[in-house]
Amino acid sequence: MRKDITQKLGFAILTLCLLITLFFLGAIIFFIAIRGIPAISWEFLTQPPRRAMTEGGVAPAIVGTFYLTLGAIAFALPLGVASAIYLNEYSPRSFVVNIIRMSINNLAGVPSVVFGLFGLALFVKFFNFGVSILSGSLTLGILILPLIISASQEALMAVPQSHREASLALGATHWQTIKNIVLPEALPGILTGVILSIGRVAGETAPILFTAAAFYMRGFPRSLMSETMALPYHIYALMTEGTRPDKQTTIAYGCALILLVLVLCVSAIAIILRQKHRSSYVQ
Amino acid sequence: MSNNTTKKFINDHSTEQAKKEAILRKPQVVSQNQSVSVKTKIRVENLNFFYGNVKALNNINLGVAENSVTAIIGPSGCGKSTFIRVLNRMNELVPHTRVEGKVFLDGHNIFDPCCDVVEIRRKVGMVFQKPNPFAKSIYENIAYGLRVNGLKDPNVIEEKVIQSLEKAALLSEVKDRLHDSALRLSGGQQQRLCIARCLAVEPSVILFDEPCASLDPISTAKIEELILDLKKQYTIVIVTHNMQQAARVSDVTGFFLMGELIEFGPTEKIFTAPSDKRTEAYITGRFG
Ligand SMILES: Nc1ncnc2c1ncn2[C@@H]1O[C@H](COP(=O)(O)OP(=O)(O)OP(=O)(O)O)[C@@H](O)[C@H]1O
Ligand SMILES: [Mg+2]
Repeated sequence: MRKDITQKLGFAILTLCLLITLFFLGAIIFFIAIRGIPAISWEFLTQPPRRAMTEGGVAPAIVGTFYLTLGAIAFALPLGVASAIYLNEYSPRSFVVNIIRMSINNLAGVPSVVFGLFGLALFVKFFNFGVSILSGSLTLGILILPLIISASQEALMAVPQSHREASLALGATHWQTIKNIVLPEALPGILTGVILSIGRVAGETAPILFTAAAFYMRGFPRSLMSETMALPYHIYALMTEGTRPDKQTTIAYGCALILLVLVLCVSAIAIILRQKHRSSYVQ
Repeated sequence: MSNNTTKKFINDHSTEQAKKEAILRKPQVVSQNQSVSVKTKIRVENLNFFYGNVKALNNINLGVAENSVTAIIGPSGCGKSTFIRVLNRMNELVPHTRVEGKVFLDGHNIFDPCCDVVEIRRKVGMVFQKPNPFAKSIYENIAYGLRVNGLKDPNVIEEKVIQSLEKAALLSEVKDRLHDSALRLSGGQQQRLCIARCLAVEPSVILFDEPCASLDPISTAKIEELILDLKKQYTIVIVTHNMQQAARVSDVTGFFLMGELIEFGPTEKIFTAPSDKRTEAYITGRFG
């Protein structure tokens, strides 16, 4: 009898917690949507800002965020997956490797503004890339590197050792085994890491503040070396500066909505890819 | 099995002392082999194996004749898996392990630094205790091994895939769904697929580590039949917990206990008149 009550009580508390979480999740989406939708129009999506950012669109910011995200992933994905493969498949399980692993995990907790300063010093100044999409992408890439490495490592660890052994027992080399057996099986897990990092990259403001972001641009960025507008920074600019807070706030919510939808879309694509991959391999 | 082939394995020492000597002695039995014109496929000399500081194999000496089936029996944890995983250098993958001694495959020491471990593993195939097909289609499971060994012509690959499935007695069951996921096969079918996969790369030795441990009697019977058939072309070493199975399929049996090879000889003799009382106790089920 008492056991029964405890069980019911536990279950009720868990349900309540879930409901609270769902409430906040729903509230965010609802709130942003309600406030943002009035700003959305064809012009908003395709035109650059006009009249000191109180009118016109935010197209350069959308494009800029897209480039920065793409650049960061293009940089961090190969590097991160390669590092994870090295750590997991090649390095002996030694003390040093464990230290490296721990450092990588700790790197994930470093505040993003620190990465911003680092990017400024290394990419903007030392490599002389200037304030540019390149510098911003690299900085963001380094920010998400630990995320991608640990997700990839976990995915690699989840591949059963027996599959590696089976492949090696057929006379496959270590590398053939990794390329043909281990990586394909780890791919869904790696993609999960990518999904998470896309959300992270697209929304970060601090790392691009000194490395890539322009307050205002009339047109689209022309090359890797040009500065760019970006959605999160644009939101920040609209909410902190300018002459017409009333108009600017609406635009800011419009930007937030676009950012939200963009991240959701990319995640959806990655999830679909992952499912497809899974179904083609495992049943 | 002819008398000639069995003779060389006879290790008939009635006393404990004599047996110990026999184990410690380098296997002269092997040199006798050549004189009776049965080729020694694998010769193991003074083999020790360590997991960290724990010695899992202690001074193993034995010879395996070509085209014979050798069964390895013994209680759980006695080092059977460790032993056969040394034969294709699979245990090197386990961190912090060390091997001492020599294993000759066709006369070449597989631990020789100039020996190519990839080539050894191709020559010495392995079927694992739990079926472990890749998360690929049935066809790709077999084609993979061919491709990594340099085969490119898709027609040849297809031909070999079919041949291997046929040899592993699986073709009739899967011929209409070669491109389905291998994971959808039953456990017994999966294990035969693993055997087919192994056969496709044309090894000369096949190691089986309790291949029937997770299978039902019918699948087990099929695989035993297969092993007897494969013996014509391959040298087989099989670990088994099943005494009847060892008796049914093997020509020679080795009994391991706590990392030592206690007795090694013709299966018939081991099962009817073992020379060591521990062997007898084990096969009659008094411990294990
Ligand atoms: N990876 C490992 N690390 C450390 N010790 C190990 C490892 N694998 C096996 N051992 C030890 O080596 C000994 C032999 O193990 P092994 O797996 O060869 O036994 P087995 O005869 O195959 O047993 P079973 O019949 O249960 O499969 C055991 O004492 C075991 O605990
Ligand atoms: Mg075992």
